[in-house]
Amino acid sequence: MKEIHDFTIVCRRQLGDQYFSLVLQHQGTMPAVCPGQFVEVLVDDCREVMLRRPISVHDVDAEKNTLSLLVQIVGKGTRRLATLQCGDKLNLVYPLGHGFSTNIASDSRVLMVGGGAGIAPLLYLSKVLSSKHIRPTILLGGRTASLIPVRSEFEPYGSVGIATDDGSMGYRGIVTQHPDFGKEYDIIYSCGPTPMMKAVAKSAAQRGIRCEVSLENMMACGLGACLCCVTDTDEGHKCVCKEGPVFDISVMKKWYE
Amino acid sequence: MLNVKVHNLNLKNPVMTASGTFGYGEEFSDFIDLERLGAFIVKGTTGTHREGNPYPRMVETPSGMLNAVGLQNGGVEKFCSTVYPRIQHLDTNIIVNVSGSSIDEYCTVAEQVNELDRVPAIELNISCPNVKKGGMGFGTDPAMASQVVTAVRKVYHKTLIVKLTPNVTSIAEIAKAVEGAGADSVSLINTLLGAAIDVEHRRPYLSTITGGLSGPAVKPVAVRMVWQVAHAVKIPVIGLGGIMSASDALEFMMAGATAVQVGTANFIDPSVTMKIIDGMEEYCHRHGIKDINEIIGIV
Ligand SMILES: Cc1cc2nc3c(=O)[nH]c(=O)nc-3n(C[C@H](O)[C@H](O)[C@H](O)COP(=O)(O)OP(=O)(O)OC[C@H]3O[C@@H](n4cnc5c(N)ncnc54)[C@H](O)[C@@H]3O)c2cc1C
Ligand SMILES: Cc1cc2nc3c(=O)[nH]c(=O)nc-3n(C[C@H](O)[C@H](O)[C@H](O)COP(=O)(O)O)c2cc1C
Ligand code: FES
Repeated sequence: MKEIHDFTIVCRRQLGDQYFSLVLQHQGTMPAVCPGQFVEVLVDDCREVMLRRPISVHDVDAEKNTLSLLVQIVGKGTRRLATLQCGDKLNLVYPLGHGFSTNIASDSRVLMVGGGAGIAPLLYLSKVLSSKHIRPTILLGGRTASLIPVRSEFEPYGSVGIATDDGSMGYRGIVTQHPDFGKEYDIIYSCGPTPMMKAVAKSAAQRGIRCEVSLENMMACGLGACLCCVTDTDEGHKCVCKEGPVFDISVMKKWYE
Repeated sequence: MLNVKVHNLNLKNPVMTASGTFGYGEEFSDFIDLERLGAFIVKGTTGTHREGNPYPRMVETPSGMLNAVGLQNGGVEKFCSTVYPRIQHLDTNIIVNVSGSSIDEYCTVAEQVNELDRVPAIELNISCPNVKKGGMGFGTDPAMASQVVTAVRKVYHKTLIVKLTPNVTSIAEIAKAVEGAGADSVSLINTLLGAAIDVEHRRPYLSTITGGLSGPAVKPVAVRMVWQVAHAVKIPVIGLGGIMSASDALEFMMAGATAVQVGTANFIDPSVTMKIIDGMEEYCHRHGIKDINEIIGIV
């Protein structure tokens, strides 16, 4: 069940100059949220921003009734969100979209590939998989070390590898060149810049590995009502906000090729 | 207190949702009680399945947005066989927005929708700016507008609403033409043709370069046009364009609209229609209005 709710910000962390994270507290009981689902955030008191902004669920704590977001400052709305402080309210429409498949065998060999703000949904995904005793390999990529926020948060849940274009942290090069990328896996999950996800999808397809990617198209409603957010798929246009944002690449040849 | 009548349609209140912004209603059922709406208008429906325009299809602009969806829909047969059975039980007026690129296509869709018991009206969209053939072409020329309405009138026997485009010099002239051709009501405005350019990347934001502007940015234009049309025709006028609140809706009614539609506002607050209905009720109490019809066209 989707809802509109005013959350209270209970924790705000600045992560380098480009990222910040928010922990949001629900006043009642939160509906169930799946990894890969997202929220639509109302950016209040901002003359330039009218439409809500889609942001992935970074983490959920069902006991504390909190939900966290990891946000990269890229424009008007995210800049305004960055000024919010503990105690401020944030209005969300959520949980939206179709998330990652978590219904996989407990002996699955799992790879996650994230880049930039795209690492956000992978944390909650690793947490859910770890409750099934799955320990994924998690590869995080960025142009430079400071663009890889919250690396340490992932460490309890898997073996974390880093790739940076300038070699300032981990492997020097792009994430698909990381030595762990070419190993054997049963499933690959990816979220990040489109060129990265397309490279991951192509490689997975060639190697016959099941793969899911999470798209970030521009959205207006987030509810499947306006059809603004569509992506090309082998089965025609699909709504990223409703049928996605996570898609299995078996229907995405047209997109990644 | 809020009951209004548009031709043969009895509305519990003047609030409807605008085509293309409300899906098939179902998308909003977690947030609102659909049966409280005066009516809801489903997505533009064409003769056959349409894929619409390529992505990107939208961009936010000051106090509004441009869209270039291009009538993506499954076609009228799919609507009748799969969507209609899911929504037909709803106790409100379900109106189908009928679109096309030829007179034949409009007639085919209208004929099939005429068979649906639970659809008491259609809204004939002769004003879509996002399709290459037809669409807005029919709505910018009084003779063509009259031709398509005359043809649909022959095959459609329930309430026929015609949706007008603001992308014309004289909207009152088009309104009079469709009234003369047998329309029971007119709704206005559809989106205003616009464009926006990403200067950093030196390219248009939309795949189609131009798109339709909606949201609060268009409201004063829409109120002006509703006022002009309400003075030009005798059939009821349905007003829309940038309505975000009850006071916006009342503004359209005072300009001459019998009912209103809410579009882009649904994206920002999926429960906005309920707040608008509550706000209208509250306004009536505050101003001692016993019947909302008292304020229609008072300006
Ligand atoms: C399902 C989904 C999940 C997302 N999850 C996250 C997340 O967890 N963390 C995060 O930081 N961001 C996430 N994004 C991207 C985020 O929505 C955009 O960065 C944000 O909307 C930009 O808003 P703005 O007002 O700051 O930018 P604007 O001022 O509107 O635009 C500034 C620049 O950002 C680009 N931009 C705007 N919207 C998007 C978008 N939807 N996707 C990509 N680029 C965009 C524009 O092209 C423009 O160049 C997600 C997007 C989607 C669709
Ligand atoms: C994403 C989107 C899709 C639309 N699709 C249709 C459509 O299929 N048929 C139609 O008649 N109008 C369509 N419209 C126009 C709206 O119904 C309405 O006329 C317009 O948006 C102005 O109202 P608003 O400012 O309240 O949104 C669409 C508008 C938007 C924003
Ligand atoms: S954003 Fe409206 S349908 Fe996806």
